[in-house]
Amino acid sequence: MSLKGTLDSIGRALRTPKGAISGAWLALVVLGAIFAPILTPYAYDIQDLPNAFSAPSAAHWLGTDEFGRDLLTRVLYGARTSLTVSVLSISVSVFTGMVLGAAAGYFGGAFDRAVTIFVDLTWSFPEILIALILVAIIGPGITGTMAAIAVAYLAQFTRLTRAQIMAIRSETYIEAAKSLGAKDSFILLRHLLPNSLAPVLVAGMLATGDAIILEATLGFFGLGAQPPTPSWGAMMSSGSALLFKAPWIIVFPGLAVAITVVAINLFGDALIRALDIKTRLRES
Amino acid sequence: MADPLIRAEGLVKRFQTGGGLLAKPRAMLAVRGVSLDIGKGEVVGVVGESGCGKSTLARLILRLIEPTSGTIRFDGQELTKLSRGDMRRMRRRMAMVFQDPYSSLDPRFTVAEVLAEPFRVQGEEPPAGRIAELLGQVGLSERLSASYPHQMSGGQRQRIGIARALAQAPDFLVLDEPTASLDVSIQAQIVALLSELRRELGLTYLFISHDLGLVRYFCDRIVVMYLGAVVEVLPRSDAPPRHPYTAALMDSTFAPDPHQRKRLRAIEGEIPSAFDLPKGCAFAARCPRATDRCRAENPDLTASDHPVACFHPL
Amino acid sequence: MLLSVENLGVRIGRVEPLSGLSFTLDRGEILGLVGESGSGKSLTAMAVTGLLPLIGGRIAEGSVIFDGTDLSKLPEDKLRPYRGKRIALVTQNPMTAMDPVQRIGDQVDIMARLHLGLDAMAARARTVELLTRLRIPEAATVCDAYPHQLSGGMKQRIVIAMALAAEPDLIVADEPTTALDVTVQAQIIHILGELVRERGLALMLITHDMGVVAQVCDRVAVLYAGRLAETRAVGPLFDTPHHPYTTALIDCIPREGMAPGSLTGIPGLVPSVVTYPSGCRFHPRCPRSDGTCERVIPEVRTLPDGGIVACHHPLGGANG
Repeated sequence: MSLKGTLDSIGRALRTPKGAISGAWLALVVLGAIFAPILTPYAYDIQDLPNAFSAPSAAHWLGTDEFGRDLLTRVLYGARTSLTVSVLSISVSVFTGMVLGAAAGYFGGAFDRAVTIFVDLTWSFPEILIALILVAIIGPGITGTMAAIAVAYLAQFTRLTRAQIMAIRSETYIEAAKSLGAKDSFILLRHLLPNSLAPVLVAGMLATGDAIILEATLGFFGLGAQPPTPSWGAMMSSGSALLFKAPWIIVFPGLAVAITVVAINLFGDALIRALDIKTRLRES
Repeated sequence: MADPLIRAEGLVKRFQTGGGLLAKPRAMLAVRGVSLDIGKGEVVGVVGESGCGKSTLARLILRLIEPTSGTIRFDGQELTKLSRGDMRRMRRRMAMVFQDPYSSLDPRFTVAEVLAEPFRVQGEEPPAGRIAELLGQVGLSERLSASYPHQMSGGQRQRIGIARALAQAPDFLVLDEPTASLDVSIQAQIVALLSELRRELGLTYLFISHDLGLVRYFCDRIVVMYLGAVVEVLPRSDAPPRHPYTAALMDSTFAPDPHQRKRLRAIEGEIPSAFDLPKGCAFAARCPRATDRCRAENPDLTASDHPVACFHPL
Repeated sequence: MLLSVENLGVRIGRVEPLSGLSFTLDRGEILGLVGESGSGKSLTAMAVTGLLPLIGGRIAEGSVIFDGTDLSKLPEDKLRPYRGKRIALVTQNPMTAMDPVQRIGDQVDIMARLHLGLDAMAARARTVELLTRLRIPEAATVCDAYPHQLSGGMKQRIVIAMALAAEPDLIVADEPTTALDVTVQAQIIHILGELVRERGLALMLITHDMGVVAQVCDRVAVLYAGRLAETRAVGPLFDTPHHPYTTALIDCIPREGMAPGSLTGIPGLVPSVVTYPSGCRFHPRCPRSDGTCERVIPEVRTLPDGGIVACHHPLGGANG
């Protein structure tokens, strides 16, 4: 898929109501994360104990936590952690999965069997279990979380790419390229990968939503980003003990996770429709 | 005959299918010892029903699949002995036109990109004006070069497939049922185009088809295949059939003339499975002339100017 | 007359891909419906079997009179007893009519049990008899098989058996042999022909192959771009075709002893429903077209011999 094609598809997705609303929220979260330092007068890590447990007010739109830190600031900085961790780790996962899946699907043989066994094994465990095992090995923190997410979703992208490649490999235009003398690398790069890219990218997009939840879950267990770095999961964790005293501490990071994940899923849906060549053909 | 352009000898292809944890692998002989010469400028037809091995034979001759045994000489050079690089360079001289004009073009390629591919796989760019020239040769407008396959009709796509095959100015084309997915009116257009190109460019064709009527119209010499083996070679397109299977194929071809209605002399039964070949002649079970000898022994192709593999030819 | 289609027009959304189609079909008769893809052959089949709603279409004008009842006016629930029972459909791909996880015998039995009220024993006996009649060897064994165990030709015969099991009056066969090998095609076409004569069925055979038409049909309706071009008895149609499109279609089939280069095809493309030309829709591809053809839709004329032609400049002395 060419860059122009991708941009066209995103443009078409944004023109649907679903895509426009979800896209707007995602843009808001991304911009908020980038410009957090200039958007709020507060720092995310400086305690202000006299103002602890303030309810939402004009000074603190979302209230403050048990250390008097501004919650809006913490949610914005938390978006930085959540988005960076999930997007980076899913990107690594998608890229590795495509390389593994393409090689397995195209060349077959012993390598394919090995990859399939790995995929089937990881597929049969819940992602959270894989993530917990990996964090236990690597140790808590951002690096551990990212590695855990990347490995937990690797099987999905490998399997999807492999299936795509195997389906496209039997198309006549692949045989045509071979009959002209094309090398394997030419066929992989010019025909197979471009034609299998779209569904893998959409799956990656949707998995990013799951990754935000996984990151929050690890954070909730205290295995993700370590204090004072804010993360939505860790904020919810500390808020859970204060649910009745200061519900906003858990509610706002929770809402941030929920709405962002829903928005990613909606945008993914819109993108699927925009990318679907068959629908486009039917309409033309 | 002068040295043929193609000389295939004793080609055999065995496919293995299934096999795994629970299933025993099964082997089938898709092509069972086929030898074939194709002279320069000749149009040789290969006709037979599905599963007769005609498409496998075409791919063996182009070395798109490796033969289990046998040799293919192209202009004197043994293809199965060529290195990857030499084989790639050799592919400039041979090309293939495929049956399905829908799946034979990458949906993400424009016409210009499709026609540039034969050059790019060889590590070069198409010479200036070559793409326009190719489009002209197959009767298409240069304006189409920015179009995508889904914007074109089946007939137009098949013309693009032909132009792609012609790009490197080959000597030899394999035409694998190039009209079977098209409307009859478009089929006739494509056949006319192929005849014209052959005359202009001095091409040699191997024409694969299940349509004996079409093959008899288009080809100089006709190879009839049944279950992976050649049963008859008609030396001229109007030669009367000698093998009962060829005769049955002719009976099954309906002429567009209600005064020539045929009684059901068409053969009974269907083609046996290639996994489970009968002992003697593969056609014996359906053949009206079969005797005990046919069921016990497999007849060889005779070495005459009208070869036939039958103990009781017509 | 068993089936009489009068001035049939079909609409799908805002377009009218088929219009002004009339033909009749009687018991014991085979009517061929020919034309290139996009000519409206399959739409006609769907209109007659009441399946247009499946593709979002409807009969916009005209009538489909089957045994005295106008099917085009019937609501779906009144139409259902006709479909399968009195009008059977055989399509190109047999798998669309079969259940992959049911045994062959059960699938054929159910038709007779449902539509004729036979019990299991009697239905099975009829099934075996029917399969044998369709020249399926070892019919009793085949009854226990699943569809995937059979070849394409065998499956198509089973579908024909399913269609016949309910003893319909009319069979609509949409390219029933196109996907099959030629020897198998020949067998099936012959069997269909025999059954029509034997049982007094009516068969509407949809095909693009003029060879098949010449072989079995009694009368032929030639369609082009959603309109009728010519309807004739099969002999006269091939001897003296009146419509230039009919001639062109016949000339697309290579025949014995044809000189090299004489097969040229029909120039140009079949128009799609959004690009239907003005006047006679065949005029851009027609060697005989002139200014009138571009502007004026040719009138559908009935000839003295009962044939019908819609052309301003017909061939073979059909002029007035």
